Amino acid sequence: MKVLQIKNLKKRYGEKEIIKGISFEMEKGETVVVIGPSGTGKSTMLMCINRLTEPDGGEIYLNENQITGSKHPEIFRQKIGMVFQEFNLFNHLTVLNNVMIGPMRVKKFSREKAESIAKENLKKVGLELQMHAYPAQLSGGQKQRVGIARALAMEPDLILFDEPTSALDPELVGEVLEVIKKLAREGMTMLIVTHEIGFAKDVADRIIFMENGEIIEEGVPSLILNNPSQERTRQFLAKFMEGR
Amino acid sequence: MKMDLVSTLKVLLDGTIVTVELTVISFVIAFSIAIVVSLAQIYGNIPLKIIATVYERILRSIPLLVVMFILFFGLPSFGIRFNPFMAAILSLGLCSSAYQSQIFRGAILSVPKGQTLAAQSIGMNGTQIFVHVTLPQALRFAVAPLTNEFTIVLKDTSFAYALGVTELLREGTYIVSTTYEPLLIYLLCAAIYFTVTFSTNTVVRRIEKRFALPGFEFRGERA
Repeated sequence: MKVLQIKNLKKRYGEKEIIKGISFEMEKGETVVVIGPSGTGKSTMLMCINRLTEPDGGEIYLNENQITGSKHPEIFRQKIGMVFQEFNLFNHLTVLNNVMIGPMRVKKFSREKAESIAKENLKKVGLELQMHAYPAQLSGGQKQRVGIARALAMEPDLILFDEPTSALDPELVGEVLEVIKKLAREGMTMLIVTHEIGFAKDVADRIIFMENGEIIEEGVPSLILNNPSQERTRQFLAKFMEGR
Repeated sequence: MKMDLVSTLKVLLDGTIVTVELTVISFVIAFSIAIVVSLAQIYGNIPLKIIATVYERILRSIPLLVVMFILFFGLPSFGIRFNPFMAAILSLGLCSSAYQSQIFRGAILSVPKGQTLAAQSIGMNGTQIFVHVTLPQALRFAVAPLTNEFTIVLKDTSFAYALGVTELLREGTYIVSTTYEPLLIYLLCAAIYFTVTFSTNTVVRRIEKRFALPGFEFRGERA
């Protein structure tokens, strides 16, 4: 079954067209990684999928139900997790409460049930010992793992990752990527925007290369990374290798 | 007639009680109005925003004493009469509500945008986001400036003197008129204002520490 279908998605800010008609689909259990130069609309595309940003054109479906045009995007958002570059943990809540708040306030689960879901997911990301800490007391890598646990606690059908490791110190990147890899193995459906090409190679079932608001090409990692058909993809990857 | 210190202090204490009543009641009125005004300014539609902003701009631009005179001496022309105490409370409340609305507005806007995005991303609706995410953080930002505003209201209650309310300063003046000891009596008044303000600040500081977020800056100190 198609978890996500995007048809001709468009978004503009004023005169500038950020996304120029993107279409792709995701199967259940698939991990798709989006790569491409900065400022090409990758994050905007993610924000359009759960309508944190309102698209200007096109259609988006989650499990064959249309998200675009729905009067209640919050119903879809419950099933689409999102992990932010800047973590965006709730500063005033402990780690445990950050993860519980969704099941408790949105799904209206009892405190006990929400707490057991939260603990289970914190265990999954390896943070059950930090559950009474506040976000400001955690390292970046730990914060991001709480962010992932918070998304998981809603039992989403799809998780969107917006450059989950870009704000992290290099030595903290690994722990976050490990958690995402584990989720991929467990069959979570994930759409990941990242600049970690090595990680993309390991985790992706499919890579999408985006530039200037368009999909330039997509395919399995070995094809896109080792033998791209488009000149623009080649140039991007070559710049990347130089930078390393 | 010479008054002894004990009866002087007793009279001043009566005035202090009136001063505290004026402060607390008008502060609570102002607080309630201010929340509504700030919400209208941030989340309201265009007409609401305009009304709230006009209200806030006008009241912030008129001196408290002028507001008191309009309410107490002016409104009777329309048949609306307040006793001096009511007129003082209303004036203090209205003026302070304009300032407090800006404290709340600033506090709400200080909550980072990412907090709202994250709350939306787990499916919260607007009310849930405000109650569970924005408000608890905004209140913490608001405590310090609100304390400051409280002490300003406390000191501004002395303007009620002009309407004949027997608050601390007026009681002091009565005593001066019989004792001819202006320096001593007004210094006593000043000491009482200082004591009330200082102890309020101390109590609030304790409350603030109690609700400070671990790891977050607290007036330049780590909590």
